Formats: sequence, structure tokens, C-alpha cells
Amino acid sequence: MGSGRRHRAIPRSFFLFAIGMAVVPALGARPSPGADARTPAAPRSAPDFSRASLDHREIRLSAYRGKVVLLNFWATWCEPCVAEMPRFAQWQRKYGPRGLRILGVSMDDDEAPVRRAYRKYGLNYPVVMGDEKLGELYGGVLGLPMTFLIDGSGRIRFQHEGATDPDLIEREMRALLPRP
Amino acid sequence: MRLSTALRNAGLVVLCVAFGQALAGQSAPPAQAVPADDSIPSAQLMLPEQLVPLLGKTGADKPLVLQVGPHVFYAEAHPPGAEYGGAGNQESGLQALRDRVKSLPHDRFVVLYCGCCPWKKCPNVHPAYQQLASLGFHNVKVLYIADNFGKDWVAKGYPVEKGR
Repeated sequence: MGSGRRHRAIPRSFFLFAIGMAVVPALGARPSPGADARTPAAPRSAPDFSRASLDHREIRLSAYRGKVVLLNFWATWCEPCVAEMPRFAQWQRKYGPRGLRILGVSMDDDEAPVRRAYRKYGLNYPVVMGDEKLGELYGGVLGLPMTFLIDGSGRIRFQHEGATDPDLIEREMRALLPRP
Repeated sequence: MRLSTALRNAGLVVLCVAFGQALAGQSAPPAQAVPADDSIPSAQLMLPEQLVPLLGKTGADKPLVLQVGPHVFYAEAHPPGAEYGGAGNQESGLQALRDRVKSLPHDRFVVLYCGCCPWKKCPNVHPAYQQLASLGFHNVKVLYIADNFGKDWVAKGYPVEKGR
């Protein structure tokens, strides 16, 4: 009988050990450095702003109500920012007919390199110049890239800071877009 | 009997959790450490938590803190007393840096920082440090900001000022 209990206890011990080994390191798992998903628990309204685009059109965020907006803070000196821009241009072509609007906000100090980058990367969406006020409006833009996905009601549904898997952003964006 | 089994199992869980935590601690990245760097000697790097207490110093112990990254980021948030030094990746920025330090003695304690991007991607701090070194400044530290100023300074609750 004692021997029988021992036989039962050994697998239980292993079971408990496995739980401890599997659960605790998972609790301590950390996201990969550099990327940070700060998706709000409850969607909040995207702060409205108005800026002139590089081609001198007035861009007001609230005018995009009803569309899904990918709002991307970037800069020409930011390698991960520049790396994702061709993908954004591709998405604007592909998903534009379904209601996607991409809006770039450059945090460069000067407009000249932004204009060069706009031509170099063949951007097909408006880019405006940002500043500290716009950065503060969005909770402090002190690391780039920073991307917000805003639904048709003007609420921030997803937020990413740092180099982020573009496939993840695309999945989130598609989930917000109406089905074709 | 059941009580002893329960106690034994509880003990096992505690042991396993402790062991798991120890392993998790080993696999997690260590607390922020100053890395070796190709162009900035490790001895010249400083962690944010090392700079914070120096901000309140006076006299020679108080460093001249210069942000050498984007001016927009400086205006959004910077350590109290820090000055904008010019973007290190532009000749105009390096000229502004030269102008700022030209009247300073070469043993002046200077701290440079940027924090626009993850450390290895930052285009500003290395040229700014090299500029000061080439001018003969030998008491220059560079703030090691692993990710960006938002995460590694502001989010940690270190003091900030705003404005240009």
C-alpha cells in the first residue's frame, strides 16, 4: 500500500514540477527589446489635430472619420521607420479602396530631408511635420516609429512603439477594415 | 493523511516555483548594463540612474548635459538643466556643439545624450562624442539609453523639463 502511494506520488511530483517550470518562466517572459505594444485596454479617442501636408493641403484627422487610419510618427534618421515605409505605401494601394488612410507625421526638425525621403520612397499618402505639441497630444512621442491604428469611429484601437512586425500591424488593420 | 499529502504537495509547489523563478532570472536579460562600444570607451558611458543624482549637484560635480539628437524630442522632454547641443548626425549640429563648448576648459564634465532610437541605431551620440574628443575634451560621458528617452528616462519617473 505504501509502495502504491509512492508510485502515485512520483508522477504527481513530476506534474507539479512541470507546472512550476512551465508557468513561472512564462510569467517572467518579456517582450523583445525595441518593440512595445501599448494597445489601450479601452479604446480612447484619437486627439484631433490639423497640419499642412508637404504639398500644402490642410490635413485634419477628424476629416478621416469613417475611415481606418494608420497614423505613423516617423523620422528620416530613424532606420526602422524608413524600413517600414515601402510597406505602408503598398498597404495604401491595396487597402485604400476598403477605407484605409495612412497619415505620416515626421518628427524631423527640418522639412528638406522629409521631402527628399517622400520622393525617394515613393510615398502615396500625406505626410505632415510634427512637433512637440503633437507628440505630447499623443502621450509623448519620444521613441520612433510609433504607430496608431484608429477605427472609423476615431478611437485608437492599437498602438505600437519601436520596430514592429509589419504582419502584426497588417492583421490588426485588416480586422478594423470592412470585409471586401 | 490527506493533510500531510496536501502539505507535501504544497511544499513541492513552493520549491518548484522557487526553482522556476531562479531559472527565469537566469534567462531574463540582466538589469541594464553598460555595453562595450566600438567608438565610445565603456568607461565613458553612464546609465540614466547614475546621471539623476548628478543633476542636483553644484560646481564642478554638476555636468553640462547636452542633448545631441532631434530638437523636437528635446522640446518634448529633457533632464532639468540640459541644453540642446545640436544633432550629432548633421554638420550644422556639430557646428552648434563646437560653438557651445568653445569657451569651456577641456576638463569640463560634459554628458551627452540622445535617446532618439535604440542605442545601436542612434546616429547622433557617436559623432558628437568623437567631435568633443577630437577637440581635446577628456571628461565627457555619454548617457547609455538602451531604447529611447521615453522608455529609459521619462517612463522611469526621472525628472524632466519641457520646452526649447
